[in-house]
Amino acid sequence: MPEPKKKSKAHALVGYFDTPADLFHACETLRDEGYRDFDAHTPFPVHGLEHAMGLKPSRLPWIVLACAAFGLGGATLMQWWMGGVDYPLNISGKPAFTLPSSIPIMFELTVLCSAFGTFFGMWGLNRLPRFYDPVMKHPSFGRATDDKFFIAVEAKDSKYDPEGTRALLEKLGAKELTEVEP
Amino acid sequence: MSKELTHAARGPQDIAKLTPEQAKKVVTFGAVAAVVGLAVAGAAFAADKQRFAFSYLVGFMFVTTIGLGALMFVLIQHVVRAGWSVGPRRQMEWITGILPWTVALFVPVAMTAHTLYEEWMGPNGHTDKAIAKKLGYLNPSFFFTRAAVFFAAWALLSWWFSKTSAAQDDAKKPGEITLKMSAVSAPSIFVVGVTLTFAAFDWLMSLDPKWYSTIFGVYIFAGGFWSSLALLALVTLYLQGKGFFAKVSTVEHRHDIGKLLFGFTVFWAYIAFSQFFLIWYANIPEETIFFKHRWIDSWQTVSMTLLFGHFVIPFLWLLPRTIKRHKLGLGIAAAWCLVMHYVDMYWLVMPNLDHHGAHFTWIDLGGLLGPVGVATLAIALRASKGNLFPVGDPRLPEAIRLQNL
Repeated sequence: MPEPKKKSKAHALVGYFDTPADLFHACETLRDEGYRDFDAHTPFPVHGLEHAMGLKPSRLPWIVLACAAFGLGGATLMQWWMGGVDYPLNISGKPAFTLPSSIPIMFELTVLCSAFGTFFGMWGLNRLPRFYDPVMKHPSFGRATDDKFFIAVEAKDSKYDPEGTRALLEKLGAKELTEVEP
Repeated sequence: MSKELTHAARGPQDIAKLTPEQAKKVVTFGAVAAVVGLAVAGAAFAADKQRFAFSYLVGFMFVTTIGLGALMFVLIQHVVRAGWSVGPRRQMEWITGILPWTVALFVPVAMTAHTLYEEWMGPNGHTDKAIAKKLGYLNPSFFFTRAAVFFAAWALLSWWFSKTSAAQDDAKKPGEITLKMSAVSAPSIFVVGVTLTFAAFDWLMSLDPKWYSTIFGVYIFAGGFWSSLALLALVTLYLQGKGFFAKVSTVEHRHDIGKLLFGFTVFWAYIAFSQFFLIWYANIPEETIFFKHRWIDSWQTVSMTLLFGHFVIPFLWLLPRTIKRHKLGLGIAAAWCLVMHYVDMYWLVMPNLDHHGAHFTWIDLGGLLGPVGVATLAIALRASKGNLFPVGDPRLPEAIRLQNL
């Protein structure tokens, strides 16, 4: 994480826009100006916002793929060890370890581990569980779930500058710009 | 008013209609395919009537299942009121154009029925106790009556949904037509599900009348839906490559078709494995005989080809997002899937003739090219008429806005 140019005690500069279009353009502008650590909070999903913010594709699929491979491999090993080596049972004359009878377990564990990978991987990437975010200190933040489109530029961003960023956002039409404490 | 609105919504770049020259070229292409296909089929028929009967059944089922998959796709889009698929739905309506022709394509099957279904149509049917019990269902008159019902239902649904969708293009109240199609589609899914299942029982499963599998209809549906998506992907790629679509069918729609193709790769494998697994586990001779026939000599190679070619390879290939959005990546997958669907149909039919191992001959090619040629003409005739996408559909703006995360 690059050091901020100017040390600021604030956590982030938070403001809001009246329309999703204004927020969209603001995100595009911030992205083009080189900002990375900023976030948008909207009452409903705004399509294409991730492109406007310049977000990179999520790494989640790779986590899921790794978990799926682990589930598949683990299930195969488990079936082989338990059924074929450790405690072989004769069930209607079938071989102790064989693929057809193991496939349901292999399939289920692949799906289960993928689901866990997706769910907890998402937690990890979003740094959850977290019950509180300094951005919520903005006096009007409740309206992010109602009728306003919030933007929060974090102070740790290398481009962050209390006056410059504020001026830029004001120019873009942001209202009630407030620096929130950590 | 509504026409102006949709025109504005879809923007100036989308081309809604082929020029008369282009339409003529499409029909000519289809006609040439049909003539060539039927010529090869005719030569194959003259060369070896018995083998041709089976080879032709493979080709017939190949195109019929694709047409039925396409019809099911159209119905499902209507019943779930899908927004993304408004553009691709028109191309699927073309593919359902195969269905009114299946009755004509069935003529060679009907003519060779006594060769194909000899086990129950022939004298053996009365002497073999196990088969004699089934003759109440498996008898020629009921068999052909059922076939007539299937063809009538499919032709009617294919015709009605394409006609109504085309009529919507310049309708004054397109919203009402959307609701009407949505209402009719729900019972239609039931009709197609039942007719498809019994057609699969009649034409494929009864080749070996002592063997039975209750999931067989679902298996045929899975393969048909899968390959109709593959054909849709190819048609879409072609039209996009020719620059017809700017907004109604883009990389986003391609991506969605790819996702469905991937999903049904898994669905087919799930169904195929379910069928195999229960038979393997129960280990009852009258059921295992199906897989035993398909494990003799080189049939073993074909069975493994299905496992890897119909599931493992397309599964891994279509897994990354990039491939599904990539023209060549999706194109390769789609072409591969169509080949694999043919292998699947071949694997179902041909072991009933080639008891001692698979050997592909040019007769089989004739049996495939005949129906494929006619199906190409059927699709071309639909494609040459009317608009390339439903210009009057109220959900068109929604389709245009489609974005994948």
